[in-house]
Amino acid sequence: MSLMNWIDKRIPFSNTMKLHVTEYPAPKNFNFWYLMGSLAIVVLVNQIVTGIWLTMSYNPSAEGAFASVEYIMRDVEYGWLLRYMHSTGASAFFVVVYLHMFRGLMYGSYQKPRELLWIFGMLIFLVLMAEAFMGYLLPWGQMSYWGAQVIISLFGAIPIIGDDLTTWIRGDYVISGATLNRFFALHVIALPLVLVILVFLHLIALHEVGSNNPDGIDIKKPKGSVPEEEQAKFKFHERYTSKYDIVDAIPFHPYYTVKDIVGLVVFLILCSLVIFYAPTMGGFFLEPPNFQAADPMVTPEHIAPVWYFTPFYAILRAVPDKLTGVILMFGAIVMLALIPWLDRAKARSVRYRSTLHKVNLTQFAISFVILGYLGAMPATDLYTFIARVCTILYFGFFIALFFYSKNEKIKPLPERLTK
Amino acid sequence: MMKRFLMALALLIPATVLAAGYSGPLDKANIDQSDKASLQRGAQIYMNYCLGCHSMEYQRYQRTFEDLGIPVDLGEEFLQFTGDGPGSHKFSAIDRDSAPEWFGLAPPDLTMVARVRGADWLYTFFRSFYVDDSRPFGVNNEVFDNVGMPWVLEEMQGVPRKTYERRMVDGEMREVYVGIKSDGTGRLSEEEFDQAMLDLTNFLVYTGEPMILERQRLGMFVIGFLLVLLVLSILLKKEYWRDVK
Amino acid sequence: MSNAPVDKGRRRFLTVATSVVGGAGVVGAAVPFIASWNPSAKARIAGAPVEVKIDKIEPGQLVRVEWRGAPVWVIRRTQEMLDSLPLADSRLRDPESNEPQQPEYAKNQHRSINPEWFIAVGICTHLGCSPQYFERNFGIAEGIDSGFFCACHGSRFDIAGRVFQGVPAPSNLVVPPHYFIDDETVLVGEEEGAA
Repeated sequence: MSLMNWIDKRIPFSNTMKLHVTEYPAPKNFNFWYLMGSLAIVVLVNQIVTGIWLTMSYNPSAEGAFASVEYIMRDVEYGWLLRYMHSTGASAFFVVVYLHMFRGLMYGSYQKPRELLWIFGMLIFLVLMAEAFMGYLLPWGQMSYWGAQVIISLFGAIPIIGDDLTTWIRGDYVISGATLNRFFALHVIALPLVLVILVFLHLIALHEVGSNNPDGIDIKKPKGSVPEEEQAKFKFHERYTSKYDIVDAIPFHPYYTVKDIVGLVVFLILCSLVIFYAPTMGGFFLEPPNFQAADPMVTPEHIAPVWYFTPFYAILRAVPDKLTGVILMFGAIVMLALIPWLDRAKARSVRYRSTLHKVNLTQFAISFVILGYLGAMPATDLYTFIARVCTILYFGFFIALFFYSKNEKIKPLPERLTK
Repeated sequence: MMKRFLMALALLIPATVLAAGYSGPLDKANIDQSDKASLQRGAQIYMNYCLGCHSMEYQRYQRTFEDLGIPVDLGEEFLQFTGDGPGSHKFSAIDRDSAPEWFGLAPPDLTMVARVRGADWLYTFFRSFYVDDSRPFGVNNEVFDNVGMPWVLEEMQGVPRKTYERRMVDGEMREVYVGIKSDGTGRLSEEEFDQAMLDLTNFLVYTGEPMILERQRLGMFVIGFLLVLLVLSILLKKEYWRDVK
Repeated sequence: MSNAPVDKGRRRFLTVATSVVGGAGVVGAAVPFIASWNPSAKARIAGAPVEVKIDKIEPGQLVRVEWRGAPVWVIRRTQEMLDSLPLADSRLRDPESNEPQQPEYAKNQHRSINPEWFIAVGICTHLGCSPQYFERNFGIAEGIDSGFFCACHGSRFDIAGRVFQGVPAPSNLVVPPHYFIDDETVLVGEEEGAA
């Protein structure tokens, strides 16, 4: 232990571990939904490590990119595994992030004092979408090319500067090697760096305000308000205990580490099933046209973005005006970011909120899923109509929430966590 | 949102249809990637009839020989018609500059055609050529309308024609389309031809993803290992959480 | 809290067992990352044995061929060069070629299968530069007129690739596996009968 002393005198290692891991008070009633944050970190690490390894054999040029991906798949030992881990990881990232966000919506994890925590989360989501979009160009297949073409053209909707802006983003009059090279630089260096910093800030903010829980009530009570025998029986860092009396909490380690490991192993089994037995996931994780090299002369018959963008893409297509469509698409994300101030209810968790809110949240989730389905399908008259209805329902969720939450009738909140 | 994930799973079937413009029914290709004899026969058809125009530039001869259990010297002698050595990629012999003039479009590389189109599509496509004198090459395809290539396997299949029969429909005698039938002048019978096309499809699925068997084999070990770890981690979690209950 | 006392032994056993199995998993997961650094199929094909036509090589001439991306020298030695080999013995670090820098069949004074033909990887054993060939005017000692000199750090080798004493290079030049297919052709990179 003298080595530990030596280190601790020079950098606060033990104290940091205690503060954030072994003596961090976590509510004892975390459920399935609280697994997603840990999983997201594991996926992030997977993406960074496999990504670094892929760059070792990838050739970021219009002439060589497609062939170098096949070189990785065929000539590099286990290259196929590294690539499938990366491509599956990308989709897995969005699966856990969407579940993580929905958890936040269900249990009111964005409400005071967690607004900034939520904003950091939304920034992570935005950067993640940019990261995924730019990464999808790199294999230089037909979908890479035409998907990027369509999405970059969105910026052309901006009045006056639109056309110049799209040309500037591409660095050419069409998607070209110049676009590929800058996307490569952003995908492998700039955005991952931003992502890691944002994740760090997200965690720091989380540990400052403490984790929310399925009941949405505080486990930190005012100092001196809870009798000794009712306080949690574990040792927590004095940073927390000096200011509060802590109830119904357990240290993150070992209790949630051993619990998260179980969830992680199940998650890895699901990912392995995809990686080893359905790496394209029937065209959803890797789209069939992307096994054809990019051809600027021929557009594939049906262009759809990868599944994790389809809800927003469906909103874009649902609007008959280009500029309005783009505004609504980005607005869909902005509304989410604003929810800490739109929701004015006195309770966090859906468990104690009105039936109206439960219905509203459910319709929001269903609309989002339907939009995701429609965004992947060709636009027919019927589908466009449904997409419009769902777009209205999507935005309706936020607008209705703003009005009814002010005087929402909530169920009485318990003093202590329920089981 | 769990529902979304399940919905994505449920969508697998329409997704394969997205790959092609044709939306009619496809015949199921019952291929077996571990059937080396079938893969070898498929490779032989590809090298003899297809590689002349359609390159396979991401796949090496040597890899093909090794994976299909073909001795390198035999492979070089009977299957390799282009390239410098067995390490070469399978480039076609066609003149890539003139090809667009002859066919309107350069014949596409087919290394990963099975990943783009799917095995069923390929199997159906091969068996859907029919004589159509209005087309430049005298043939068309039911699955790929206005296909811009000659029917190179006519020597195997015979001349395929759309066939009609007179049948009673709703009390009237009518000409009813009953499918494409060979005129029987081919080297192979109908069953033999279908088998040959299955072999060719099998081979193209292999070239699309030559590590497919290795992938599935490795997956069993990984998932088996994770199941062991799962049992241990559940026991460990239960043990620690006795403190909390 | 449950009233049952904690079974410390069981807890420790499960912790250790999970850690060991999990650790094995991490090691297993590292395998593809490590293995992907091996030469790829492309590199292995580029590193295949090369055939060298030797019927046009004049006595005293050095021909460079590329094998695994490195220069391989094929030199047709003159009788004069062969005669000078014993003269250098006393000045060499490893005159008997005891270090395994050559296949067993080239562990002799001339370090080759056939005394006339010297085949070596033209990479200095010090830090990897490619030495220069001196057909004559090597000028290290009386009677030793030819050899190799590495300009990077001044190492010297005799005409059988044996390193001289007092230079930075630690060992003799590497003789690659090779064999004569016929009188006109040598195959570099493979032992006879290995295929």
